[in-house]
Amino acid sequence: MSEKTNSHWYRFLSSSFLVYVLAVVIALALGAILILIVGGNVINAYAAMFKGAIFNYDAKTVAKMFAPLTKTIFFAVPLIIAGLALGIGFRAGLFNIGGTGQVLMGAVAAAWVGIFLDLPFILHLLLALVAAIAAGAIWGWIPGILKAKTGANEVIVTIMMNTISTLFLAFILTKDYWHRPGSSDPRSPTIDENAQAISLLPNPFQMDTGIIVAIVAAVFMWWFLDRSTWGYQLRAVGANPNAAKTAGMNIGAITAMTMAVSGGLCGLAGGVQMTSTMKYLVSGVQATIGIDAITVALLGRNKPVGTIIAGLIFGAFKAGGSIMQIQAKVPVDMVLILQSVIVLLVAAPPLVRWLFHLPSPDGNARKYVTLQADKPAENDKTEATKVEPALAENDADGKEESR
Amino acid sequence: MSTVTQNAQTQGTSVQDTPTQTHGEVIAPIKWKMPVTYALVALLNLYFLISASGIAKFSFMRSKADRIQIPIWEVSAKAVAAVALVAVVLVCVWAVLRAVKRRPVGVLPAVIVAFVTIFAMFAWFGGGSKGTVTLTAVLASALALSTPLIFGSLSGVVSEHVGIVNIAIEGQLLIGAFAGVLVASIAKTVWAGLVVAPLAGALIGALLAFFCVNYNVDNIIVGVVLNVFALGLTTFFFSSTMTENPKLNDSTYHLSNIKIPLLSDIPIIGPVLFNQTALTYIMYVVLVVLTIYLYRSRWGLRMRACGEHPHAADTVGIDVRKTRWHNVLLSGALAGLGGAYFTIGASVGHSFNENMSAGNGYIALAAMILGKWHPLGALGASLMFGFAKAVAILVPSLSANAPSQIINMIPYIVTILAVAGFVGISRPPASENIPYTKG
Repeated sequence: MSEKTNSHWYRFLSSSFLVYVLAVVIALALGAILILIVGGNVINAYAAMFKGAIFNYDAKTVAKMFAPLTKTIFFAVPLIIAGLALGIGFRAGLFNIGGTGQVLMGAVAAAWVGIFLDLPFILHLLLALVAAIAAGAIWGWIPGILKAKTGANEVIVTIMMNTISTLFLAFILTKDYWHRPGSSDPRSPTIDENAQAISLLPNPFQMDTGIIVAIVAAVFMWWFLDRSTWGYQLRAVGANPNAAKTAGMNIGAITAMTMAVSGGLCGLAGGVQMTSTMKYLVSGVQATIGIDAITVALLGRNKPVGTIIAGLIFGAFKAGGSIMQIQAKVPVDMVLILQSVIVLLVAAPPLVRWLFHLPSPDGNARKYVTLQADKPAENDKTEATKVEPALAENDADGKEESR
Repeated sequence: MSTVTQNAQTQGTSVQDTPTQTHGEVIAPIKWKMPVTYALVALLNLYFLISASGIAKFSFMRSKADRIQIPIWEVSAKAVAAVALVAVVLVCVWAVLRAVKRRPVGVLPAVIVAFVTIFAMFAWFGGGSKGTVTLTAVLASALALSTPLIFGSLSGVVSEHVGIVNIAIEGQLLIGAFAGVLVASIAKTVWAGLVVAPLAGALIGALLAFFCVNYNVDNIIVGVVLNVFALGLTTFFFSSTMTENPKLNDSTYHLSNIKIPLLSDIPIIGPVLFNQTALTYIMYVVLVVLTIYLYRSRWGLRMRACGEHPHAADTVGIDVRKTRWHNVLLSGALAGLGGAYFTIGASVGHSFNENMSAGNGYIALAAMILGKWHPLGALGASLMFGFAKAVAILVPSLSANAPSQIINMIPYIVTILAVAGFVGISRPPASENIPYTKG
């Protein structure tokens, strides 16, 4: 490394932080173009988004000025929890696309506890969330154990489980048991007061116990991955399954356990969705949390703090997007475009560096972007011959077990 | 319909079975899988027999306009269930005998069991109902409903054989549906939409290739994110431009059924296969061409080489990246064309709606894997999904309390069982989702 590569300026230019910032900038620029195409006013739209997500400088009272921030957090909570869930899967090299189904089953379980049980304050809410975790964990464990025992690819199985759970929800909503008394609408009664999330701040703020759940979940993920034996084994399997096997780890058991934990956290996100946002069961209760969480986990590099930040960013987009739709007549769906563009660019740092003529961290290295956060960067120009067979071998073994 | 896949399934097991017998004195364990499966199906049929009642009416015509008129067949539901039960029990006994002899059970029994059980189920639902089991109409709508799935799974076959996992099929279907109706509405002709839909799909394919081939990003990540991108893009313009100007989202321009003379007059299968829209006929052509060319042409060999062993392909002078690019574009175009079904491609036109592909792309991906990466297997699996959907639509008209959602679930459960190795080993192309960099 020359002197040049050690300077602070160089390090800043080649940092991944800058890539993240530029990815957001490019996405917002692209969004601006889209706003122009549909004949909107870019400045108005982004101002509305800012007002809806962070700070409403037009509001009359100080409380109302800061209220949007709590709304952002409110939107971010399920995203953070589900993002943590998928991040745990990614760290073990497992692609859990089943977030949708696990969130849904969690919501169904929480709704069942909330509607049909009669329990005291707090206990009812806790039991609803525990039921949500259990339902999600079972729904995640099935693909996990199938992968462990038979090598079934978790991507396909979780996709199938998503549709099965959607059909299951449609099925139970046709039953009178789940309907409000005297009604045959496909929606359930509202869950018991005691099972609803407890509001922590008065109006206009929007903050309830969901945020505590999210923080606990993030701490759990940190402890689980960095401090527990299971987490260590999980990371070992994700980094190199062959080495983990040689070291005597039971890959199958770890796979099943990881999927159960991941599913359980997704279920928890569904439980929070039920107890703080929806409060009754209806088709589409799972919203798009399962898919959004994939982008949150990817942007957060599968780490607790990163996931929280990513969840807050996307929560801010959601909160701001809905205000933007009302005030500037720009559809809230632009948020999905921003989200996907940011994740795509972050997944390909060389592209962003090439666009802005930035140097890369170690010469001309190109990172293999994989599911794991800590995959070492491989220098493909000079070591390609060494790297490629190793990668191929690695993956071939993985594939033999999968599908 | 499901029999086609079961064919492949039983073949899979039989291949597995034979080598174990060649080990001389070592006696292979008896495989109880198929006998147990058939016994469970027999129990289901027994349930049908016990609870069936009344007369079931079967119709074998698609409409009154069919040239050859077949009268409606009225039969006691119990009788159909009894025949089905006897057939399944016989197959089960046969399977036990074969299993004890350590012989493969074969394909035909599975076909028979699937066929009679579906028939018994129809009789069970139709018994005592005012509605008629419109068998031919169900098959025709099954084929129509399968069209986007077949295009999607063929799209998956093309890209996976070249080593790129295309999860973005969902997004390609969606954008194909969007671009199809948009352009058809602007140009005021459905054919313009049918030309642009594959181009739109190929655009998403280009993004997939750009990130996966040029920047070595994990295929599944790019695919999932592109699905979000396509959903955002289509919904954005749907709820802004299209809502303000509904003329851009006009359901009046759509394909209509074309009757092929003579062929469409064949009883039962004629109206099913040869009274469909041009999109379905294009699907036949693509299917035949792909099946032949994938295994019998230079293009197919090169493409499979890039998917199996890109290093070897590179060594003999094949440009791996270029081959991957071309085929991912082709794959996107196929899925985009399939997406046109949702708006302009069906005999009933639909205007575009938010997220109208509704997970069909993911099902197509599963169908491709269920079909073991072969075009014909993908066809069979897609038809199974389409058939289940068509049955789920029919059944509520027979009995109001029928659990149509549960029937709709069956193919998904079958897929899970299939990928869990219940129906034999299926192997993806070896270099799937592995970036190739020139050494």
